[in-house]
Amino acid sequence: MALDQTTIERAGDELLDAYRGNTTVAPLRDRYEGIDIVDAYRIQEHFMNRRYAAGERIVGKKIGVTSKAVQEMIGVFEPDFGQLTDIMQIENGGTADLDKLIQPKAEAEIAFVLKEDLVGPGITATDVIRATDHVRACFEIVDSRIDNWDIRIQDTVADNASCGVFVLGEDKIDPRDVDLTLAGLLVEKDGEPVATGVGAAVQGSPPNAVAWLANTLGRLGMPFRAGEIILSGSLAPLIPVAHGDRLAAYIGGIGTCEVSFANGGAAALFRTQEAADA
Amino acid sequence: MLDAAVLDEMADIVAEAQAAPHTIAKLTEKHPGMTIDDGYAVQDRLLARWEADGRSLIGLKAGLTSKAKMEQMGVNEPSFAMLMRDMQDPEGSTIPTDKLIHPRVEAEIAFVMKDELSGENVTIDEILDATDYVQPALEVLDSRFEKFKFDLESVIADNASSARFVMGGRPRRPRDLDLRTIGLVMEIDGEIVATASSGAVLGHPARSIQMLVTWLHGRGRTLPAGSIVLTGGATEAIAVKTGNAVFARFQDMGEISVRIG
Repeated sequence: MALDQTTIERAGDELLDAYRGNTTVAPLRDRYEGIDIVDAYRIQEHFMNRRYAAGERIVGKKIGVTSKAVQEMIGVFEPDFGQLTDIMQIENGGTADLDKLIQPKAEAEIAFVLKEDLVGPGITATDVIRATDHVRACFEIVDSRIDNWDIRIQDTVADNASCGVFVLGEDKIDPRDVDLTLAGLLVEKDGEPVATGVGAAVQGSPPNAVAWLANTLGRLGMPFRAGEIILSGSLAPLIPVAHGDRLAAYIGGIGTCEVSFANGGAAALFRTQEAADA
Repeated sequence: MLDAAVLDEMADIVAEAQAAPHTIAKLTEKHPGMTIDDGYAVQDRLLARWEADGRSLIGLKAGLTSKAKMEQMGVNEPSFAMLMRDMQDPEGSTIPTDKLIHPRVEAEIAFVMKDELSGENVTIDEILDATDYVQPALEVLDSRFEKFKFDLESVIADNASSARFVMGGRPRRPRDLDLRTIGLVMEIDGEIVATASSGAVLGHPARSIQMLVTWLHGRGRTLPAGSIVLTGGATEAIAVKTGNAVFARFQDMGEISVRIG
């Protein structure tokens, strides 16, 4: 049985408090009996509505749970999605402030930027390529408001699909100019290879994930607009991050994206660097 | 170093197990003092026999080129082994398996060298300059050890599980590609069984050649012009059986298709 509205709001408020207080809560699935994926999206909606009310603005979507490995781990054989807002974006080469994140990990992905609305159902990968202005390399720094990342699908969906912050690379590539299925990825941490992957790991090919999203949003009656940024799903396993790390993602035929991590943000990293140089 | 007589005997055991395929016990069981250098000394003996039989060396291959595999084996350099001219099968062919015990296939990038490379500290740039072209490759591995269970010393003596290899798809100039980020998808009978990026090999497959040339230098050798080098599996090695169709796609490098005979 679906959770009632009061319960949905209570769960969403809990997540908002955790998000604002930089803390975690126990998994929702253990505490809200009968919670299903539909309930979880309603909780996400409440959680995000309160954030929009406080001034955040939607700039796009993220798609999660797109790889076979993660789907098997979580026991769900379709992706999920969350909302990207303006305050989540970090400029390319910028620094993610670890003090403002709880338990972040990095994922390297292919981002799509739409030039036309995509209104599902019935959207195919063909429609996605047609409606895409460009693709670019990106990092999504995922984060969880659930204790120790102890998540099942209901927990992560309610928690805005474990979205943290994101970084877009600068190169903008027309999807007609690259083989998205075979786009290879190398991630280096301070110059050492730490992760590799390929576009095919995302639902067979990244446009398939975007088509899934358009159709899912269409069914839910949610808009999917020209100009939105879509993070289409991780090409490689999650990468742990710590103060002082600098990550670079190279995606074949698409481009490069870079991000650093520091407690206290860029200023702190700068001070660390100066101390190291001195 | 083991006695020459012991190394000769090991070469006999491996050569027989490869010629009339059967599994053998790890060589270290009888000779626990066997070293990695002993393993390579067995390879040298195998080569001498094979050349005496009229077979010729066409190149070299690197194995254990991913960080995960190196950590698993407790080593910090790849293993190297010999590629003979008669181990190569054409693209689109059926790979003979009558001499194979439990074959596995992995996808990787092959380099074809146009200039000799030598020295202790060859750079990636020098390697790319000395390369004629790069091309997709499939390597068919087969261990002569029970269930592919071996230690590093034994597997090196077994020519690092080499069996067959195929090169195909588009030859490309190495500087026309970013060799860190060539995406690969390998399918068996139409199902994706492995995905990878070429950077899975030490961040850049030319690093395998860098370590190979350094290793050769330590043995007073060079990498001859014209050599084929298989730089190491970007994907994991997947078990195959008779009748399987193996298909691998490489970003901007085309594809290779073979059948397992």
